[in-house]
Amino acid sequence: MLFCIVVSREEQRRQQSGAVSSGANSTLQILPTVCLTPPVSPCVAMATFPEYIAQNEERDGVRFSWNVWPSSRLEATRMVVPVASLFTPLRERPDLPPIQYEPVLCSRATCRAVLNPLCQVDYRAKLQMLTVVLFQFPPSYAGISEVNQPAELLPQFSTIEYVVQRGPQMPLVFLYLVDTCMEDEDLQALKESLQMSLSLLPPTALVGLITFGRMVQVHELGCEGISKSYVFRGTKDLNAKQLQEMLGLTKPAANQGRGPQPAQPPLSNRFLQPVQKIDMNLTDLLGELQRDPWPVTQGKRPLRSLGAAMSIAVGLLECTFPNTGARVMTFIGGPATQGPGMVVGDELKTPIRSWHDLEKDNAKFMKKATKHYESLANRASANGHIIDIYACALDQTGLLEMKCCPNYTGGYMVMADSFNTSLFKQTFQRVFSKDDQGSFKMAFAATLEVKTSREIKVSGAIGPCVSLNAKGPCVSENEIGTGGTCQWKICGLDPSTTLALYFEVVNQHNAPIPQGGRGAIQFVTQYQHASGQRRIRVTTTARNWADAQTQIQSIAASFDQEAAAILMARLAVFRAETEEGPDVLRWLDRQLIRLCQKFGDYHKDDPNSFRFSETFSLYPQFMFHLRRSPFLQVFNNSPDESSYYRHQFNRHDLTQALIMIQPVLYAYSFNGPPEPVLLDSSSILPDRILLMDTFFQILIYHGETVAQWRKAGYQEMPEYENFRHLLQAPVDDAQELLHTRFPMPRYIDTEHGGSQARFLLSKVNPSQTHNNMYTWGQESGAPILTDDVSLQVFMDHLKKLAVSSAA
Amino acid sequence: MNVNQHTPMASPYGQPQPGYGQPGYAPLDGGYPAPYAPYNGPSSAYQPGAPPQGYSPFTNFPSKAVVANPVSDLSSPLDLGPARGPPTSGTPPVSAPQPYNQYSQGDMQNGPPPLTQAPPRPAASQLYNQGAVNLSGPQPSYPQNYGPQPSMQQVTSQMTGMQITSGAPTPTGPGYAPPRSSQHPASTAYSAAPPPSYTQAPPPASPAQTQPPPPSGPAASQQYYGGPPPPSQQPFNSSLPPTSQRQFPSPGLPPSSSQQTFPPSSYSGPVSPPSQAPAHPVSQPQQPFPPTQPPFSSAPPPVSQPAFAPGPPPPTQGSFPPRAPPPSSQPGSFPPPGPPPTSMPSGQYPGPMPPQQQPPPSQPHPYQSGPPPIRTQMPPTSMAQSNHLPPGSQGPPGPPGPMQQPPSQPGMQGGYPPQQNGAFGQGRGPQPGYAGPYPGQPNYGAPAPAPAPGPAAQKRLDPDAIPSPIQVIEDDRAKCTEPFTTGVRGQVPPLVTTNFQAKDQGNASPRFVRCTAYNVPCTADMAKQSQVPLAAVIKPLATLPPDETPPYLVDHGEAGPVRCNRCKAYMCPYMQFIEGGRRFQCGFCSCVTEVPPHYFQHLDHTGKRVDCYDRPELSLGSYEFVATVDYCKNNKIPQPPAFIFLIDVSYNAVKSGMVNIVCQELKTLLDYLPRENPEMDSVVRVGFVTYNKVLHFYNVKASLAQPQMLVVSDVSDMFVPLLDGFLVNVNESRLVIESLLDQIPEMFADTRETETVFGPVIQAGLEALKAADCSGKLFVFHTSLPIAEAPGKLKNREDKKLVGTDKEKSLFQPQVGFYNTLAKECVAQGCCVDLFLFPNQYVDVATLGVVPVSTGGSIYKYTYFQAQSDTERFLNDLRRDVQKLVGFDAVMRVRTSTGIRATDFFGSFFMSNTTDVELAGLDCDKAITVEFKHDDKLSEETGALMQCAVLYTSCSGQRRLRVHNMAVNCCSQLADLYRNCETDTIINFFSKYAFRGLLNNPTKAVRDTLINQCAQILACYRKNCASPSSAGQLILPECMKLLPVYLNCVLKSDVLMPGADVSLDDRAYLRQLISGMDVTESHIFFYPRLLPLTKLESGSLPLAVRDSEERLSKGGVYLLETGLHLFLWVGASVQQELLLNIFGTQSFSQIDPSLTSLPVLDNPFSQRLRDIIESFRAQRSRYMKLMVVKQEDKAELIFRHFLVEDKSASGGASYVDFLCHMHKEIRQLLS
Repeated sequence: MLFCIVVSREEQRRQQSGAVSSGANSTLQILPTVCLTPPVSPCVAMATFPEYIAQNEERDGVRFSWNVWPSSRLEATRMVVPVASLFTPLRERPDLPPIQYEPVLCSRATCRAVLNPLCQVDYRAKLQMLTVVLFQFPPSYAGISEVNQPAELLPQFSTIEYVVQRGPQMPLVFLYLVDTCMEDEDLQALKESLQMSLSLLPPTALVGLITFGRMVQVHELGCEGISKSYVFRGTKDLNAKQLQEMLGLTKPAANQGRGPQPAQPPLSNRFLQPVQKIDMNLTDLLGELQRDPWPVTQGKRPLRSLGAAMSIAVGLLECTFPNTGARVMTFIGGPATQGPGMVVGDELKTPIRSWHDLEKDNAKFMKKATKHYESLANRASANGHIIDIYACALDQTGLLEMKCCPNYTGGYMVMADSFNTSLFKQTFQRVFSKDDQGSFKMAFAATLEVKTSREIKVSGAIGPCVSLNAKGPCVSENEIGTGGTCQWKICGLDPSTTLALYFEVVNQHNAPIPQGGRGAIQFVTQYQHASGQRRIRVTTTARNWADAQTQIQSIAASFDQEAAAILMARLAVFRAETEEGPDVLRWLDRQLIRLCQKFGDYHKDDPNSFRFSETFSLYPQFMFHLRRSPFLQVFNNSPDESSYYRHQFNRHDLTQALIMIQPVLYAYSFNGPPEPVLLDSSSILPDRILLMDTFFQILIYHGETVAQWRKAGYQEMPEYENFRHLLQAPVDDAQELLHTRFPMPRYIDTEHGGSQARFLLSKVNPSQTHNNMYTWGQESGAPILTDDVSLQVFMDHLKKLAVSSAA
Repeated sequence: MNVNQHTPMASPYGQPQPGYGQPGYAPLDGGYPAPYAPYNGPSSAYQPGAPPQGYSPFTNFPSKAVVANPVSDLSSPLDLGPARGPPTSGTPPVSAPQPYNQYSQGDMQNGPPPLTQAPPRPAASQLYNQGAVNLSGPQPSYPQNYGPQPSMQQVTSQMTGMQITSGAPTPTGPGYAPPRSSQHPASTAYSAAPPPSYTQAPPPASPAQTQPPPPSGPAASQQYYGGPPPPSQQPFNSSLPPTSQRQFPSPGLPPSSSQQTFPPSSYSGPVSPPSQAPAHPVSQPQQPFPPTQPPFSSAPPPVSQPAFAPGPPPPTQGSFPPRAPPPSSQPGSFPPPGPPPTSMPSGQYPGPMPPQQQPPPSQPHPYQSGPPPIRTQMPPTSMAQSNHLPPGSQGPPGPPGPMQQPPSQPGMQGGYPPQQNGAFGQGRGPQPGYAGPYPGQPNYGAPAPAPAPGPAAQKRLDPDAIPSPIQVIEDDRAKCTEPFTTGVRGQVPPLVTTNFQAKDQGNASPRFVRCTAYNVPCTADMAKQSQVPLAAVIKPLATLPPDETPPYLVDHGEAGPVRCNRCKAYMCPYMQFIEGGRRFQCGFCSCVTEVPPHYFQHLDHTGKRVDCYDRPELSLGSYEFVATVDYCKNNKIPQPPAFIFLIDVSYNAVKSGMVNIVCQELKTLLDYLPRENPEMDSVVRVGFVTYNKVLHFYNVKASLAQPQMLVVSDVSDMFVPLLDGFLVNVNESRLVIESLLDQIPEMFADTRETETVFGPVIQAGLEALKAADCSGKLFVFHTSLPIAEAPGKLKNREDKKLVGTDKEKSLFQPQVGFYNTLAKECVAQGCCVDLFLFPNQYVDVATLGVVPVSTGGSIYKYTYFQAQSDTERFLNDLRRDVQKLVGFDAVMRVRTSTGIRATDFFGSFFMSNTTDVELAGLDCDKAITVEFKHDDKLSEETGALMQCAVLYTSCSGQRRLRVHNMAVNCCSQLADLYRNCETDTIINFFSKYAFRGLLNNPTKAVRDTLINQCAQILACYRKNCASPSSAGQLILPECMKLLPVYLNCVLKSDVLMPGADVSLDDRAYLRQLISGMDVTESHIFFYPRLLPLTKLESGSLPLAVRDSEERLSKGGVYLLETGLHLFLWVGASVQQELLLNIFGTQSFSQIDPSLTSLPVLDNPFSQRLRDIIESFRAQRSRYMKLMVVKQEDKAELIFRHFLVEDKSASGGASYVDFLCHMHKEIRQLLS
């Protein structure tokens, strides 16, 4: 049934070189139902599911919670964990050849799927096959034949990337939005970072600078002699039109339609100029930046017009580079204290809102501010612009209110104590990291479209995206996350950006799918590559259907507990944004219990009989740690921190997210090579060095004995060189982690009894506490002073509930 | 009353007068007497003052005074007399008379008079001669006038009638027409009047007061004085003449009385001449005033007295004869000097006085001229009283004058002065003077001549016969020889046109405060009846000449200035220490306050504090306190002020070159920011803004390599984009500032932006000052109507159709309310706005000016600015504006003693309540006019006190209180009031009052109000103070004889009577300009100075001529100065030598009319002329651009506009016509 069309090599080369064959129009007809109906069996049989999962992730950046799907709606809902996937649109695929022509689309208006390996092609007929013309091949496909297939039909290219040739090259636009209300030291460090960043930008990239404090200054670049800037009051919000007039940008705004071909925008203006042209000028300008000169009386916060500044930045880009990739990089040293978007008054005696205030509905600025930033985020995302926030302050800066800016636009959110820390400096530097081709590892103004075969529909997405409100046949009525659409806008993408997509099986129970049938899903990501090219990446994936009543075992075996944990976690976090914490936890618990009930192996009312298959074994543990994680627990975290953690959690890929939920703990000792150990208090031993990676922190903990040795200076002695090596090993490993991670984690070096050890102690499973320390073995571990339940207790309880017939 | 007053005043004169007066009076009663009386009155009055002490004769004075009263006009002087009297008289009891004389002489004449006078005269005479030349011209005309007179008479039947009846009486009729002495008497009256004024000061007040009763006598005398009779006299004469009187004059004495007077006058004429003559001498030397003074000294009139005496005794005639004799004798001496000129002056006070002392010599001259004098004398008599303006008579007089006194003509010019003398001249001066006078003003002269020449002819008033400003000015100059000391309450200071030195002895110098009246009516009824406005023009930060000490700075320590507990008046000389110095009683509210321990001091046996003379606040009229922190805004010591330059950089501004010029100039100008200590750098900080539709602020912080420009385009809600680096110290940021100023013109060289904003510009400056928490000044350089979308946006509403309608007032009102609010905010912050306008079309000055005017700022307007021709003017204005001393964030409060109250304020300021005048900025050129009203009775003993306290921040940032104290007398007789007025100040008040009235009333109503009030003032005088005389006679108080001419100038100003070519902007501009003018400026503004340049001598200016085309000679070159403009008029047949000297060209046609400065030629004439121009410019607060006007050139139209005595193109009445009209009004009121 699978027809393969192969484009001759020669043909491909011709196409790559841009030559267009003048062959007659060739039309390929495929049954409408077929375009996303894959062959019955996987092309490559996998030995095991883990391998299959890994391979799929490697190739497509997709991980499903279930890799075999229950074939009816009813059964699907009984699976507890929905059919869902984690999708990393820009997963790095250096091996992927860029295809220099445009994708062939299904011509049925309701489908528009891209030609893919799952398509059944009647290439012999090329013209009219069955009933409806689905794909109308462009002339270049004239030579299509069984032995001459285009790449997109090759199975190994289930993910393929097209380079759109039409339209102009888009410049990259970087607009620095710099707070000047900060200590000189911080400002100096920031200035240096910014100046450094200029050298990292491609020469043709456009840069702009807006500074703010009490006022907002839009700097005109490239002027001789006197440096000019336009100043705006920080207390006033301006719409794009007003701004345009005030800045003297009277040229008509570029076309408002979205799509890959915006009208010819002005390539530069007074405020956004190519780096190569104003490099020196801007460097000087940054060098002359002064702290906001307005006096701050004692007991007051400086007046910081962040909201207005951001509004101006968004407005500036809106009227100059709509639908062009642009980053607004916001650097703030404190909360907005005036104007639209203010999150706290300027009286120091009134502290910024806490969770407590939020619960009491006592944060008077929050709603208004949130609304302000939300509208900005929406405006920015509508135009494909990214808003990054680099917040460096000891106190909160209002990330809670501003979170939607990065969250909606795919921007970065970085939180640090000061701009003068390596945490910020290196993180910022890493923003500009490049891939092998020398392009930034970032993509702009992307849209993700999901197409499904008709048994399954998409319910929604959770991740750094906004809905494009595109209705279609594959949109489920049931919304999960950002739903009601099959297209999302992701203004900022990087290779690790991952969306959680939730699906709904809509096939009715009484309409069985033929044995061996497959459900297919196609992800079409259109984006602006860092090189300025418009690109389209198409990932087409399919999974087998299975009848849950008869093939529950195979479905259970296809469970991807890691992906499922993350998908559930994203759901939980998503709910936590709008619901009370305890409700979310309760929901999470219930889901867990139901899952246990569904897939556990037990005798009713006998907790001890409970067994979980291997594919589920880790899941409860993930849930345990998730419940304790800062994503759901706000205790001990400020609202800003929670927002920050959630932001990171919502955008990173599975591996990173798992680390966030359940930190990784390595032990170093003389007893053997470094080994991962249980995240448990029992792992804390005096003769060990522990390296914990929580994603946000990299912590090295020296056990009591090791700490004493170190204090005694044995590592200095040649005869104890091995000790030195032991000390060095975790440090080296930590460095490695630090170098690959974005954003940079906080690096902590501590020891037994050190104050910073609390980070470790708060993460490990409190199997030993002051309550039970004497009931367990004396020889290992360190008691944790907490009333939290331990994993053991949690599990016991879980088993009890799972087997309970009353549930 | 007058008498009394007079007497005191007169005391000096008195002596002489007495004799005359009494005798004269008696006779005068009819008509002549009066005139005489005046003379006598005044003189006698003076003497009386003295007399009382010793002179028995004086006793007579009273009676004389009485007699005089009729003449009365001059009474005002008496008041003064009294005031002075006390001191002088007090001391010199018996001898007093002599003393007085001496004193008076001393003061007036003594030192200076004789010597100087003598010499001057010659000069004067020469000048006069010139004038004379002119006069000669006129003379011919006179005859004609005469011819006309008849017509006049007919025409102004009233006038004539007036004259005839009343006028005929003495004053006008006689004097003028027929040079009859009788009128002269009037003139004498004038002269008398002058004396009074002079004497006033000296004259023991008491005497004056006492005498008052005999009012008639004194009044007359006063009138004389005041009347500066000469002019009025002339008028009278003229007026008289109109009727038969005029003729009479010639005939001699048509109307019995009048005629008689005439004859007498003629008699007196002779007599007077001498006196006048002397005066002249005096006057010439000193110029106008001196003469008058001389009178005083002369008053000693011993000489004159004799003359008078004789005069008096015999009624007018009698007196005359006697006088005549003296005159004759004098004449003998006088003749040489140039009687004519002198005579004129002498005619008035000087005349008499001088004669005696120096006089002899000088007098002779006058006398010589005297011959004609006789006539003059005539005038003096009635004249004095009436000042009257014998409308008709004047005309005639003129001619006669010339006729009779050809010689005098020269004198005529000089003659002007005579007029003053005229009064005295009673006898002599007049005569000689008359001749002169006629030409000049001179009633006297005029009268006499008139009669002679053509009794027949003139219908018109002779311009020479009506009161001449030039004459008055010259007389006052001549009179003023001694420093003016302020120690005596109620003295009238010298005129603003007079150079004098002021010595602060307890009252504020006239440079700081000038009052409309120095004798305030005791009751509200009187004030209402007289309609004389009670007002003071205060110029709190006036610049003093180098020879006067600026106010001392007093520091009372931490507790701050010592003040009355109740009314909060500051410690001043009026505080009476009691209980051994432990308490003091407030002179304003009588509240008793404890003296703070640190301020305690023992009293001496007279009840004065021992340290009285060590402490400025106890002995001076003006001083400053260091204000403590309690006097500062928000209780914070103020920051040094800042200057912000806001420059329009729209297309027009750049194209006209303005931007470039300003930027270039600022580079150097910034080194001359105001500072108190010339050694130190100024602490004033500066900031820069440019703007068109948006605003550009500049960061010029010293640490920057390049200035930074901050553009604020959100003009709807203005704010200041930066703090640090906007306002900087010039020295620290010099390089950056220079770089900025270099770049601004370049940056905007190619601008195409034509729209501008204005409201936000001021807001920007205001916000900047707010942000810096300091006060300061904005210099806004603006070109066009702000039509860009922004607060304060305006639309073009220039609609000429509204002019003349009831809606006209709306054109003076601001278009939008925005600027009023803004002004209020500016004032609250101490933000003063100076606006430099460079419009090419309508910019709505009425609206744009709201903020500058409300904040104590100035507006400068350069219509059709062209870099080439206007740069100099603009730059000089800018330089001066930037450099001048200025105070910020000022609050002025005027406290008064119980009984009167400051009720209204005029000027550039803002008031949020009814008492505090708030000035964001107050510079040394700004004056505030304050009107007072009664709220209770005043007492003559305590007088009326006024304390003006101005709290301000100096340019060094110090908070200070400047206090000016002023005490004036109170009078229960109207005559005193009229004798102690200052017309220039009244005009200042009237103009401000009227111009403000334009905002709410139709222009015509405003004009009518002015005319009415003026008529009422004069009618009241006529009714209550002047001697009974025919209703047809116009009688003016000596002190106010110029009121009609000046008022006419106000009425004819562009503001009140615009010509077709006067734009609304110009009117609004002038209207606002006037509001801040002091008396000096308003005087020159309304009555420009016109100098003939035929001959220039170093050291003295040529004698000015009256602002009339008739005075221009085709062969001459004239310089006309208005305070805003400077014209060099070149006659069509000018001498080649002059052209060579001035322009370096051979012919008239080669003169380039576009010249704005004269070529620098190496000849004394050119040198001197340029010096004169420079000195004129230096005197004015605004640079006057020189315009060369060739006769019969187009530009002459503009020039003619400033010949304010002529009919104006826009329909303004000529002086003569207006005088007739005024006379009519008065008559209506009287009937």
